[in-house]
Amino acid sequence: MVNAVINGIPVKVEEGTTILDAAKTVQVQIPTLCKHEDLPPSAACGICVVKIKGNNKMLRACCTPVEEGMDIITNDPEIVDVRRTVIELILSNHPNDCLTCGRNNDCELQTLMANFGIQEEFFDKFVKKTPKDSSTGTVVLEPEKCIKCGRCVEVCQDVQDVWALSFLERGFKTRISPAGDINLADSPCVRCGQCSAHCPTGAIVEYDHTAKVWRELMDPEKYCVVQIAPAVRVSIGEAFGYPPGTNMTKKLYSLLRRLGFKAVFDTNFGADVTIMEEATEFVERFVHKKGALPLITTCCPAWVDFMEKFHSDMIDHFSSCKSPQQIVGALSKTYFAQDKKIEPDKIVMVSIMPCTAKKYEIKRDEEMFASGQQDIDIVLTTRELARMIKQAGIDMTQLPDEEADHVMGDYTGGATIFGATGGVMEAALRTAYFLVTENNLEKVEFENVRGLKGVKETSIMIGEFEIKLAIAHGLSNVEYVLNKVRKAKEKGEPLPYHFIEVMACPGGCIGGGGQPYMVKDSVRIARTKGLYADDEKSKIRCSHDNPFVQKLYNEFLGKPLGKKSHELLHTEYKGRPQYRK
Amino acid sequence: MQQKRILIKDTDLKKDRTRDFYTAFLTEIQDKKLEEKVQLVRVSDIGIYGKGLTVRVLPENFLYCDVETGDISRIVSESVVEGRPIEALLHKPDDKQLRLVLRNCGLVDPESIDDYIKHDGYQAIATILEKMTPEKVIEEMKISELRGRGGAGFPTWLKWKLTRAVEADQKYVICNGDEGDPGAYMDRSVLEGDPHSVIEGMMIAAYVIGATKGFFYIRAEYPLAIERVNRAVTQAHEYGLLGENILGSSFKLDIEIRLGAGAFVCGEETALISSVEGKRGYPRPRPPYPSVKGLWGKPTVINNVETLANIPLIMLKGGKWFSSIGTEKSKGSKVFALTGKVKNSGLIEVPMGTTLKEIVFEIGGGGIAGKKVKAVQTGGPSGGVIPEDFINAPVGYESLQKLGSIMGSGGMIVMNEDDCMVDIAKFYLRFCVDESCGKCAPCRIGGTQLLHLLEKISEGKGEIEDLDRLRRISRAMQKAALCGLGQTAPNPVLSTLRYFEDEYKAHIVEKKCPAGRCAGLFHFSIIEEKCKRCGLCFRNCPVQAVSGNRDQGYLIFEEKCINCGRCFEVCKFEAVSRG
Repeated sequence: MVNAVINGIPVKVEEGTTILDAAKTVQVQIPTLCKHEDLPPSAACGICVVKIKGNNKMLRACCTPVEEGMDIITNDPEIVDVRRTVIELILSNHPNDCLTCGRNNDCELQTLMANFGIQEEFFDKFVKKTPKDSSTGTVVLEPEKCIKCGRCVEVCQDVQDVWALSFLERGFKTRISPAGDINLADSPCVRCGQCSAHCPTGAIVEYDHTAKVWRELMDPEKYCVVQIAPAVRVSIGEAFGYPPGTNMTKKLYSLLRRLGFKAVFDTNFGADVTIMEEATEFVERFVHKKGALPLITTCCPAWVDFMEKFHSDMIDHFSSCKSPQQIVGALSKTYFAQDKKIEPDKIVMVSIMPCTAKKYEIKRDEEMFASGQQDIDIVLTTRELARMIKQAGIDMTQLPDEEADHVMGDYTGGATIFGATGGVMEAALRTAYFLVTENNLEKVEFENVRGLKGVKETSIMIGEFEIKLAIAHGLSNVEYVLNKVRKAKEKGEPLPYHFIEVMACPGGCIGGGGQPYMVKDSVRIARTKGLYADDEKSKIRCSHDNPFVQKLYNEFLGKPLGKKSHELLHTEYKGRPQYRK
Repeated sequence: MQQKRILIKDTDLKKDRTRDFYTAFLTEIQDKKLEEKVQLVRVSDIGIYGKGLTVRVLPENFLYCDVETGDISRIVSESVVEGRPIEALLHKPDDKQLRLVLRNCGLVDPESIDDYIKHDGYQAIATILEKMTPEKVIEEMKISELRGRGGAGFPTWLKWKLTRAVEADQKYVICNGDEGDPGAYMDRSVLEGDPHSVIEGMMIAAYVIGATKGFFYIRAEYPLAIERVNRAVTQAHEYGLLGENILGSSFKLDIEIRLGAGAFVCGEETALISSVEGKRGYPRPRPPYPSVKGLWGKPTVINNVETLANIPLIMLKGGKWFSSIGTEKSKGSKVFALTGKVKNSGLIEVPMGTTLKEIVFEIGGGGIAGKKVKAVQTGGPSGGVIPEDFINAPVGYESLQKLGSIMGSGGMIVMNEDDCMVDIAKFYLRFCVDESCGKCAPCRIGGTQLLHLLEKISEGKGEIEDLDRLRRISRAMQKAALCGLGQTAPNPVLSTLRYFEDEYKAHIVEKKCPAGRCAGLFHFSIIEEKCKRCGLCFRNCPVQAVSGNRDQGYLIFEEKCINCGRCFEVCKFEAVSRG
């Protein structure tokens, strides 16, 4: 521990604590534009400067550790003036597009401008008009709004190991772009959207599809149905003043009806079906030795894209089962359409996702048209839905609770935890245990697969079998796990794992690229807690016990991995180049 | 007799005399039937000024000053034919200089390790390996009070001690040869002229901190330096001075060369480390300092070329000897690249504490063309302008800093009344804007805004509030830029504002550039009383801005004039005014 003084108040902090973090212990929030709690300091913006008494220089609070006996001043007229000048300089290099910007009212730069009361432009404007890059259809790059904080580059290269974004040129011409100055869609980008979730301004935002949804809702010919992903229910409240983790499921159901959706489904139902298929697939491969082990989960489209681009040698290990979103989509335009006697081409399936890559998944390949139509028509991220609610003028806080529509609105506790890292694994184990032993678990919780550790390795006993597991989230953690598998296969050694779960975003979908801004570990933990609480209060905790899933199989699908399942609920993968010409 | 080249230059710039001298020299060569063996060249610059007729005999490199026609036959018979110098005519460098760092340059063959060894080369490291502990070396360096010559002046012994104190399985020593100040070539000269001294310095540093691997970081624009360092490293390996068990001890060291692509910011140590690692040359925040986490995360010492070249000498002659030279806080000598409006420009080395006046007037021979010296710029783009009023200031880290400049790596540019201070500030700032890496906002945007304001002012579009803007941005850059480049980039602006604010105001308020440098802020007109109506200006104007005829006289139309100054130059009667 080291002792120091901040603004005259003594503090005692762990060695290595930065001035920025130490200041929080005495209720001082030092302003910064580039530092993000998820990322190491890049020290780019120069706003967090502070003084040490007796030293003429100013130091960056974000990257300077507190030293014994430091006497720190975090604000005085000179510091405030330097910060203001830097902010004004940044403004001189930033367009005044606030009113038409995707980050209006939710922008770190705008907030800082407001806090510093900047009411006129002191310096001449230098903004170079640069074209937008919306080639991926998932995130939009607007380099002219970039303040070069480096968060997106850091998150893309070091957290996600994708290396789609980098800095090009230098000095005043520095800009973010894929290497070689190509379109994002032609780069290794996997559309995880973590860049957009970490961007402090409107330089990278999700591709907005709200207008398209409004248009479809207005069309009397169309039958609009909607599904909400597990992770959305515990994060959307943040846009309306609720603390992270608040479960908004039932308010969301009533809200979506009021927006004009004729049927409200829950992606969690799809998750239960996914588990039926995937757990069966695992048992087939593990017990009956049909297919490659370890089995790797494929619910996450950014991970699928990453694997196809970077680890295509692992395709055999991939579960062929589609993601819950796609399952609900395919079933809506077949099972549901037949049941309600609606022409499938009249149905518009909208899904509310915590994710930008889901916008890519719906057209990933021809398997996503299993119903004969495009199974999912439009994907909205959590952030887009929050905007639609505000546009509609609906007071989220006062909405009554409602239930989802049957069949595809009913879910188990196993499904809802899909939104957190380890959740898919835990739900699959609950069902796999039943499939192997024909008994339900007495204790359904698997504590070892939970939590924010980058790679979780554990094993469980199912009957006489020991099943070795790995759970990775944050794409940079994948290589370690896969290399272990490769090494064992090469040397003919026993497999290190039998079952691997991968989620592209740190924390899983609750930390997805389409979620409300300023995600950090404390927020991830709170959202995760919200999901586990939803699981705990569920009467049914295992996917195979969901009566509506049973009904689906009895009435429509037959059995897991059956012919119909294969047609509608399974897909294939192929290696893709990291760079497209 | 081997092939000779004789260079001739009249350093007093008297055309007729040069021609006669050249003819006489040529006649002498022809008389002695040496045309085949001797090439006589009239050169445009020989490196010294105001020393009469000068003759340089190559390859021996005898330089003779104040030569007269009567000396020609002696020079040909003794120096050209027999290869002997004529002592009486030899150019004597002034005694204000003290060549410590440059001690071997020009004396020792830089391509021969044997020649270096003959001149006490590798003596220092041999002695150290035989009987000195690293602590003892640090102690000696502490006594010497040597400070880093790259510009910041950090005590070298302390840097070594801090790096030594960190425990690690691998440590590195790096020689920073990424010299980048415009007009500076101190490090290049040492690397080209005495590479072994630098290697020996690196060996001592490596021994002290416990490094087994060293890197030279040299900019790719220095091909000869790279070639010579490469050769020197190979030779040192062959002689067992690099590699395992050096000189029979357990000390081992390998040295490799890394080329820089000429980015100025890569002279900053953390950016340099990124560059050596093969990454984008971006500085990173300190701490951790390289002494704790440097190259590939390992403790690393980075010393400048000039610093390293000093070290063998210090170890041979003792720290006490070294600290007897210089001022209280700045010890030893410093190499400067003296250029600008001064008679003798070139590389000089003086003891710390020598005054600017001694450098400019005694070594440099004073201003050129009889014009008054107005200021001296030191420290390159990170430095500042010191006005003539402070010309008695001694060179040293603190003394120059007090005046708003810095010692820097050793650029020194003399300026006179023809130099516009706004223009000078603009020049340096443009350099820093071009060389900004773009990582931090204060430097990236601040530099561009400063340059924009200076351009505005030099075009006569400035407003008085711009001075406040210049000062505000400058302060924000000094306080909030990430690395030394950004923090010091405003120095040329601040120092010219500090001493020459009236020049800025002349540009802003009167819309005039007193030095006549800023196009647009002066114009040409014909002074009727002086005009002889010869019509030269009329005929020479490239844009027909001069109109009139020999009967009625001539006029310059301002709206057509492009301020090229042709009329001003061609007029023989000083009848064209500039103002």
